[in-house]
Amino acid sequence: MYAAPFSYHRAASLQEAVKLLQELGEDARLIAGGQSLIPLMKMRMARPTALIDINFVSELGDIRTPKGELHIGALVRHADLEHSAAGATIPLLHDCAAGIADVQVRNQGTIGGSLAEADPSGDWGTALLALDTSVICFGPGGQRTVPLEDFIKDAYTTVLAHDEIVTALHVKLPLKGSGGAHLAFKRCAPVYPTASASVQVMIEDGNMCKDARIILGCVGLTAIRAKEAEAALRGKTLEEKNIRTAADAARAAADPQSDMRGSADYKRILVGTLVKRAIGIAARRARGESVEAGHEYAGR
Amino acid sequence: MPDVKKVLVRVRVNGEAREAEVEPRTLLVEFLREHLNLAGTHVGCDTSYCGACTVILNGRTVKSCTLFAPMADGGEITTVEGLSKDGKLHPIQEAFAECHGLQCGYCTPGLLLSTLQLLKKYSRPTDGQIRKGIAGNTCRCTGYQNIFKSIRMAAAEMEKR
Repeated sequence: MYAAPFSYHRAASLQEAVKLLQELGEDARLIAGGQSLIPLMKMRMARPTALIDINFVSELGDIRTPKGELHIGALVRHADLEHSAAGATIPLLHDCAAGIADVQVRNQGTIGGSLAEADPSGDWGTALLALDTSVICFGPGGQRTVPLEDFIKDAYTTVLAHDEIVTALHVKLPLKGSGGAHLAFKRCAPVYPTASASVQVMIEDGNMCKDARIILGCVGLTAIRAKEAEAALRGKTLEEKNIRTAADAARAAADPQSDMRGSADYKRILVGTLVKRAIGIAARRARGESVEAGHEYAGR
Repeated sequence: MPDVKKVLVRVRVNGEAREAEVEPRTLLVEFLREHLNLAGTHVGCDTSYCGACTVILNGRTVKSCTLFAPMADGGEITTVEGLSKDGKLHPIQEAFAECHGLQCGYCTPGLLLSTLQLLKKYSRPTDGQIRKGIAGNTCRCTGYQNIFKSIRMAAAEMEKR
């Protein structure tokens, strides 16, 4: 399949990429890993007249850990995070990075591209909301920092102006006593999940939940923060009854649509189950246990 | 119509410098097959699902149907044609032949390269690691059992050398 014709421009720097976006107009698009954009272009669902390739902008591919934070460059590939020390420090990030699509796609797809695409089924928009994440954007007026919860406005829609670029994500490192998990269910490796859930909990005195963040993915036009589910855990012991109440609240907060991945009812039930499991795993990790988790699919 | 000026793409394929001027929308797999006459890399689903088009770009497997050729400019590529040396099959190829790791053979070029990447990471992969390592490669003939056997045999053989 051929994409509609486009002109190709390679940016050597962020400044050049911004200038090209301005010169080439609204029908120009940035391309990074291309793992979402290229299939869309081949199906002619996207028809940019110009592509600005930022893969050769060298400063965007680093992972840094200044005090208390994790800075992830926009061009960091999912596989880079999967195999990074950062992934080992924050298990929720590893769950997400290691489960996106398959090896080949993880080798090429970027975290910045995934967020800028804002696909309702994308994993990063869900996982990173469970942590304190800021999106660093660069445009003609310089740099600005947008909290992730304000960055994605709607399905496939962010606050980015046409001539703005995501350059990095800044994630606050979870404190001691905090643990998280990102769980997703998908039919097979290369596809988007049917539903996903990201949970980060802070534990005190063994089993008391001091704080919780619960995010639902693929069950709404954007990732959904299930605040009532969080409230059902906050200040309570993490016993089965309370976890079940939280999972029920998460189910109620979901707003899924029926599609080829499943009916709305099915997704609602699934997301509740994922939340329940994710709370359990997050709590075990918060207590220092090493638990393997992530995307589940047939054959895994 | 946008300006579709052709772009010069220079790569090293299987150790050899190659180049061609192509339309920007040329996919890497078409660049390899149609412009460099390396038809060993297959177009399967053409939707980034099946992995028949898998090649190694700069040390990592990618689906060459999901990359525009200019994005690979300056890169180092290994295709299935680069596996055998001096007329002798690569141990991975020998193992696939020995264990019947293929029937129609359409998915095989991609699977061979995914196996190469997997065995670089894990010299003796567990079944779980194999399953995850080839999750992006679909085979509709073998039922995968013989592919697993092939990968285990290749691992054992490559460890000896």
